Amino acid sequence: MTLLRIRNLSVDFATASGQFRAVDAMDVTVDPGEILAIVGESGSGKSVAMLALMGLLPWTATVTADEMSFDGQDLRAITPRTRRRIVGKDIAMIFQEPMSSLNPCFTVGFQIKEGLKKHLGLDRKARHARALELMEMVGIPDPARRLNAFPHQLSGGMSQRVMIAMAIACRPRLLIADEPTTALDVTIQAQILDLLTDLQAETGMALILITHDMGVVAETARRVSVQYAGQKVEDQPVGPLFETPHHPYTAALLAALPERATSRVLPTIPGVVPGQFDRPRGCLFAPRCAHADELCRTTPPPVQPPGMGLARCHYPLTEEGRG
Amino acid sequence: MIRYLLARLLTFLPTFLGVTLISFAFIRVLPGDPIIVMAGERGLTEERYAELVRQFGFDQPLPVQFWNYLTGVLQGDLGTSYVTKRPVWDEFFSLFPATLELSICAMIFAVGIGLPAGVIAAVNRGKLFDRALMSTALVGYSMPIFWWALLMIIVFSGNLGWTPVSGRIDLLYFFDSVTGFMLIDSALSGQNGAFTSAVRHLILPTIVLGTIPLAVIARQTRSAMLEVLSEDYIRTARAKGLSPLRINGMHALRNAMIPVITVIGLSVGTLLAGAILTETIFSWPGIGKWMVDSIYRRDYPVVQGGLLLIASMVMIVNLTVDILYGLINPKIRARK
Repeated sequence: MTLLRIRNLSVDFATASGQFRAVDAMDVTVDPGEILAIVGESGSGKSVAMLALMGLLPWTATVTADEMSFDGQDLRAITPRTRRRIVGKDIAMIFQEPMSSLNPCFTVGFQIKEGLKKHLGLDRKARHARALELMEMVGIPDPARRLNAFPHQLSGGMSQRVMIAMAIACRPRLLIADEPTTALDVTIQAQILDLLTDLQAETGMALILITHDMGVVAETARRVSVQYAGQKVEDQPVGPLFETPHHPYTAALLAALPERATSRVLPTIPGVVPGQFDRPRGCLFAPRCAHADELCRTTPPPVQPPGMGLARCHYPLTEEGRG
Repeated sequence: MIRYLLARLLTFLPTFLGVTLISFAFIRVLPGDPIIVMAGERGLTEERYAELVRQFGFDQPLPVQFWNYLTGVLQGDLGTSYVTKRPVWDEFFSLFPATLELSICAMIFAVGIGLPAGVIAAVNRGKLFDRALMSTALVGYSMPIFWWALLMIIVFSGNLGWTPVSGRIDLLYFFDSVTGFMLIDSALSGQNGAFTSAVRHLILPTIVLGTIPLAVIARQTRSAMLEVLSEDYIRTARAKGLSPLRINGMHALRNAMIPVITVIGLSVGTLLAGAILTETIFSWPGIGKWMVDSIYRRDYPVVQGGLLLIASMVMIVNLTVDILYGLINPKIRARK
């Protein structure tokens, strides 16, 4: 059974210069125990979509979806109070900036135990024991002492471990990791990713990994959803995606990986993600696409069948090249 | 922490000297002669005048007068009032409780309403409550205290007859001062109705004196909360599924308290200044009224000593604020 199913999710922000669509008709499905990577450049709406799911967007955002259900429960219809019973317990999230994501005024222990009290109703002793256990699980040395530490006394990597401990405290069935390693040193990045995949294997929770790093995707994910300018442009298991990307954008992303470089100069994707004022009429990737023709520039592309990776493209790529 | 406190106390020295010099100079710049004022309408002979000038030391050059005063102050002698012949210390401490009582009540009023109002406004930003509160706060902030006091007296004492016009308690009640705080003393006296009377006398001065701090605190709380509410750790708190009350009242407010405590500390200074007007209007026998009366009488030692003591109070409050910073935010504590 599907754990999370989102269909046709759109998020609009009211800005001083009018509506801005950050997420456009996005679909996400996650099965229990699955690792899904959502990949895309900055501004492609990956984080916003997940924040919408968590109900964490500011009041300027309008969220619409044909379906948004978690474990059979319709998230669109529930009251904020009911949502607060799911969020933090069954769905948890960790963020990009671990240092600023912890409240500077409270000890680490306090912040971990808070959720245990709220969602599991554990008493003082049980909370302390569970907090110690969690600190050990995420690999923090000397956990008893660290529980009394304040966030400013921890390094970035430690802070992210604490964030992970906090997120998995109530044994969530879905953990959303929003670029969990972006703000960390390269050496720490690998450790945190290993920790996340280990914990995922240990607890059997589903994991959504939001990233713009294809290397991270290759190492951790089982399925990949590629996001561009608020739309999902491709969705494939990780092996086939790296082998035969069907969308030109995915192909361009992969070609930009240093490991795949064939010349001394890395291939890049010219241009930037379209913003509020320069949204193309047809395919959103058309202005940057090497294969685009008149049709691409004027008509929004259809979504291809699963065999073609659900690519949102008029001319999906195949093994032989352009189809 | 102790080293930090000592360092802070050292910085008090120049401030202290400055205040002493300014208060000394300020009263002498004012036109008027204390001896003439003292003599009253009957006047006095040339010889008697010269004698008094010598007696008070006004014949000496100003730097010498200042030096004499300063050495006295450093030995804890603030001098004796020209008018009452009582030491300035004694006068101050017999009147200070009245001001302190009024200031504490005004501060409780201002913080008790301003803080929650600011929080609610920030959480409901842009909505009706927010707009209404912010415009009201602006009006409250811009209101001249004396005019606001008169308005309150006309409405609540004059037209409605709910509250007394002046003083700390009805003349019916008489008891010895134990603590100097009328609320406590009246309750201790056991006299029927004494406490109620003291409360009724406090209401209007408290509101009048607390209005400006209330407005400032509400606005500062709102803006500090708005800033904190957009922080990443607030998103984390929400991602934990915590209740809005816990998120706003604990996670956000504690971080927002730093700037709020700063304005509360600054308000205490304003409060003492505001007390001069409020006490005069409500005939409140505190140090504000005492200072005003002393200026009229050109009572040099009292004005100098009073200013010095008020300034010391403000310095102590500032130090307290600094210590509170560290207690609220461990990061600041660590930096020290």
